[in-house]
Parts: sequence; structure tokens; C-alpha cells
Amino acid sequence: MSETAVHHDEHRDDLGSKLGMWLFIFTELLLFGGLFIVYAVYRHANQEAFHLAAKQLDVTVGTINTVILLISSMTIAMSTTAIQKKDKKLTLILIGITLILALVFLVNKYFEWSGKISHGLYPGSPVLEELGQGDILFFGLYFFMTGLHAVHIIVGMVFLGVGFMRVKNDRLSFDNYQLLENGGLYWHLVDLIWIFLFPLFYLIT
Amino acid sequence: MSDSSHHIVSYRTYGLILVLLLCLTGISVAVTQIELTRWTMAVALLLASTKSFIVLAIFMHLKFDEKIFRVMVAFVFLVFAAVIIVTFLDYAFR
Repeated sequence: MSETAVHHDEHRDDLGSKLGMWLFIFTELLLFGGLFIVYAVYRHANQEAFHLAAKQLDVTVGTINTVILLISSMTIAMSTTAIQKKDKKLTLILIGITLILALVFLVNKYFEWSGKISHGLYPGSPVLEELGQGDILFFGLYFFMTGLHAVHIIVGMVFLGVGFMRVKNDRLSFDNYQLLENGGLYWHLVDLIWIFLFPLFYLIT
Repeated sequence: MSDSSHHIVSYRTYGLILVLLLCLTGISVAVTQIELTRWTMAVALLLASTKSFIVLAIFMHLKFDEKIFRVMVAFVFLVFAAVIIVTFLDYAFR
């Protein structure tokens, strides 16, 4: 091995990168998992109040948001197929659709929250103080868990936005797309959490 | 790294999975609208678990990835299940 034979390999470990993303996803799963246990215990202790409070949530809005997230999960999954097939244009379109759907989800959430707040249902509100402990717990968990989930949507949008720009600038392509795949994994995590939030808050009354 | 052996999932597969997930969502909405009393919770959670399994397997590529990922995910879910069981054993026998 002579000195001149030194060549500059790109230092990259895609498998290690994916492993790191999964380890991070596990911490997220346990974070929300802990909140689900808090929900389960308080529901167990305040069954009647949780039953009545859950009826206040709009199933239609919840269902629309579920459909939006499921479709966006598919489009971002398809984008990793498109990039592997060297179809840059389709990759950008699919990431773009995902970002638009994410924005629509947030707009729905904004109107949903505004509706609740205008009815005096928000943490620490006089209306809730009158309704009692069970309702305070239900709406406290509702705002905290859907709020934390919405924060994850925003982080996911930034993550996928970076992926979009890199595909656009050709810094991310068919032989180097781990960032996009990791962004996709994060987006599916956001979907996964909503899959449980939706029945627990909207469907089960 | 192992990009040459990387499994490319077809658009069709993703499309079919979406249809399946939407059907399961429809079923869970329909089931919870009729009053099944104490079974509602169980059915809704079972459907949600089925949906999350499909998302993990196909959308998150666990079905096609190295085995280590499946082992790790299974371990995390077992830990979570253990925490749930311990919590409710505590509440049930107070």
C-alpha cells in the first residue's frame, strides 16, 4: 500500500444510519406508550366522565385526519420506491403531496382545537373546572397528546422538507437515499401514533 | 452498503396496503358507532393493532429488512406490554 494509492471513499454507513433512526423511534414509541398508559389508568378511574367527554369530539374530523395520514404514509413510502427507480420527478411529486397532506392535517387540527376552545374546553378553563376531575383529565390528555402529535407532524415536515431539497439539488439520489428513508420511517411513526390516538379519543366513547 | 440487495417495493403493493388500511379504518369507525358496550374497546384496539402491524411490516419495510430490526421492534413491544401488565396488576389489586 503506497501513499499514492490512498483514495477518498465516502464515509457512509446506511445500515448504521437506519439502526440509529430505529433506536430513536423506540424512544418515541415509549414516550407515547407512557402517555397511553396514563390515559388507560385515568379512563379506568373515571369511566363515566371519559365516556361523556369523548362524545364531544367530532368523529368525522378524526376520520378525515386518519385518512389524510394514511394516504400521506403511502405517498412517502412510494417516494423511496421512486428514488430507487431513479425517477427524480416522481420522487419530488410524492414528497410534495406528503407535505401538502401534512399541512391539511394541521389545518384540520387548528379548526378542531379552535372549536373546542370556543366552547370553553381548554386546560384550566372555567367550564372544565365546573365539569369536574374526569373531564379535566380527559381534555388535558386530549390537548397534550394531540398537541405533542402535532409537534411531531411539524418536525416530520421539516425532516421531509430537507429530503425534498436534497433530491431537488441531486445531493440525494438512487445510490444515496438513506436520509429520505429515515424521514419516511419518522413519518410512519407519526402515522402509527395517530392509529392509536384516533380510536382512543374519538371512537371509543 | 447493501444497496444492491435492497428490496424495491412496488407502487402497486403500497396502493393495495393503503386500500387495506382504509378498509380497516372504515370497519373500526362502523363498529364503534354501534354500541357493543365493553367489547367496543377490545375490537377498536385489535383493529388499531392490526393496522400498526401492517404499517410496520410494509410501509416501514420490516418485512424486507435485516432480521435484527424485527427482533428489536418485537423486544420494544414486549417491554411495553410488560409495563402495561405490571401497571394494571398494581391497579387491579389495590
